[in-house]
Amino acid sequence: MFSLKRTLADLRLFGKGYLRNRIGLFFGLIFPVILILIFGAIFSGGSNGPFPLYVQNNDGGQVSTSLISVLNGTDTVRVKLVSSSENFSNYLSVHSISDGLIIPANFTASYIAGAPINVTIYRNPSSSSSAVVQGTTFGVLNSFNFEYYAHNSPPIIGAVLTTANSQIYRYVDFLIPGLIGFSILVSPMFSLVNISSEYKKIKLFKQLSLTPLTKLEWLGSKVIFYIFLSSVSFLLMVGVGSALFKANVVLSLWLIPFLILGPMLFSSLGMLVGTVSRNTETASVIGNVVTFPMMFLSGTFFPVASMPMYLQAIAHVLPLYYIIDGLNAVMIYSNYSAALLDIGIVTVITVAAFVIAARLFKWRED
Amino acid sequence: MIPVEIADVKKNYGSLKAVDGVSLSVIKGEVFALLGPNGAGKTTLIEIMEGLRKQDSGSVKVLELDPWENGGELHKKIGVIPQNFTFFEKANPKEAISYYASLFGVEVSPGKILKEVLLEDSATNLFENLSGGQKQKMGLALSMVNNPELLFLDEPTTGLDPNARRAIWEVIMGFKNKGTTVILTTHYLEEAEHLSDRVAIMNEGHIAAIGTVDEIIEAHGSGERLEVHGSEKMADYIKANTDLKVEFDGKDLISINIDRKHDALAAMAAIEASELEWHELRTRRDSLEDVFIKLVRGVVDAQGEVTFSGKKVSNNDGGQ
Repeated sequence: MFSLKRTLADLRLFGKGYLRNRIGLFFGLIFPVILILIFGAIFSGGSNGPFPLYVQNNDGGQVSTSLISVLNGTDTVRVKLVSSSENFSNYLSVHSISDGLIIPANFTASYIAGAPINVTIYRNPSSSSSAVVQGTTFGVLNSFNFEYYAHNSPPIIGAVLTTANSQIYRYVDFLIPGLIGFSILVSPMFSLVNISSEYKKIKLFKQLSLTPLTKLEWLGSKVIFYIFLSSVSFLLMVGVGSALFKANVVLSLWLIPFLILGPMLFSSLGMLVGTVSRNTETASVIGNVVTFPMMFLSGTFFPVASMPMYLQAIAHVLPLYYIIDGLNAVMIYSNYSAALLDIGIVTVITVAAFVIAARLFKWRED
Repeated sequence: MIPVEIADVKKNYGSLKAVDGVSLSVIKGEVFALLGPNGAGKTTLIEIMEGLRKQDSGSVKVLELDPWENGGELHKKIGVIPQNFTFFEKANPKEAISYYASLFGVEVSPGKILKEVLLEDSATNLFENLSGGQKQKMGLALSMVNNPELLFLDEPTTGLDPNARRAIWEVIMGFKNKGTTVILTTHYLEEAEHLSDRVAIMNEGHIAAIGTVDEIIEAHGSGERLEVHGSEKMADYIKANTDLKVEFDGKDLISINIDRKHDALAAMAAIEASELEWHELRTRRDSLEDVFIKLVRGVVDAQGEVTFSGKKVSNNDGGQ
């Protein structure tokens, strides 16, 4: 019979031991944050400086030139001109740009004549940097409106807002879910490989088998512990990523299945590796062989979509891929049907790994 | 109720007969020692009784339960310290006792138990920082948590210094005085003699002798002897002039078997009549050690290995 009381007693002792082990604590909580700091700094340098604003000037007159130079004079945007011959919308999409401005052909003439004229602003409503660019652009346009007309007259320059048909994501947006996946993999996997082979070697399992604690309760307490650890690590990473690198991540209840299934999957897998290995050395080798490809090819450090096709094919057989894919679906794209599919796949793999690990794992020898 | 009753138990590891047809029973309230060199099969036998291993054949009843089939039920009633007791490195004895109490679903006072095993001074020291003797005491403490009727101690003092060993003995004597039945394995003769009510000498998977120390010496020893230091000539004189069984060790020790009271007088008369030089006359009985050496056909060193004429004999115990 599964006893929650015994499981929690084991969890309490294991947790205390974990907190007393500084190395485990470092790799479990601090290391993923350090990775975010390093990779975030490398790949998102300058994101707080002036943001690029792509402008297609179809007018070429004095007022439009002046507008561009005023925009450029602000601290927040740097104008990058796009040739009038380009299809602006396509250009933004192809170059993964969210912020753009089209100045229409008769802009200067209309402005001088006092005839209302609209510019087109492209922006990404979910991006905070895009909001900054949009705000700056509006500010500059209003100053042009106020310059020649009385406050009570309607603005002469209007704006049509549109969204660029491109997905604008920064590296750090992918890095957060990727490294959350990394920490979900690494902590339980390495820990369980290590302790399950070590406890077997020093015959601690045999000793525990002489108490009413069952192997399912023992494994259960490890799963609960790593769910807790992964959740803490998750909050730390999201906090650091958002605060320091302005990562755009969506927090939703849809993340919970991944934060539960992930640690359960890798605790079971680690247990399985430790159980089938003859000794601690073999366990460590097999553990590395299983873990390292997943660590790099599942979208932890780089989005899988940016990898060559043959590596993408490999990624699709790695369980961690479906966890990170699901985290991306929730945290970046808010695509819940994709997340649901990932949850389904991860559930099947997790249940299989848990059942096999619990079956093969032996308390006592015959 | 007889706490332990086993009959014709066999266990092989491949071609090695670790336990080869052992039958014995343990009486309630006694300290029973399985004494033997490494590789004798002691640990395998005790682990079969604990339900940690399954015998190949034979019957095993411990507290009227089949240990392998009813391990869960049995483990609530017994206490065990396996060979080389170990625990989570980052836990201290106090936490370990509370942990075991939660697992067994019992209320205990860690302080009281630690006092009983003489470990109260190290209650909050992490397991990794305890000495070998303290670790064993913590094992004893854990084995007491469920207030067991029957205690199994597998080599409880192996590798400990003499002081630590005596401290563990003191704790085990405390169990005995409380009326707990204790089964222990050891390769220390002194330990078996000091602690146990009955001893089974195990060798190569067999029980070579079983009973109280006196009974074993009586059954397997060579009885009482008269020993005297003298020459081979004297040994020959005694042989020629009495019907006594006389042995000469090749140097200067003459050993004469005393089967009847009269034999001692006859031997002394012959020594006197020989008019040869002699000194240090004494009577001697076989000790447990003499019997043990005879039964295992060698001397057991501090590590439990059997040595024949100075050469170590390889065996493959290592706690199997």
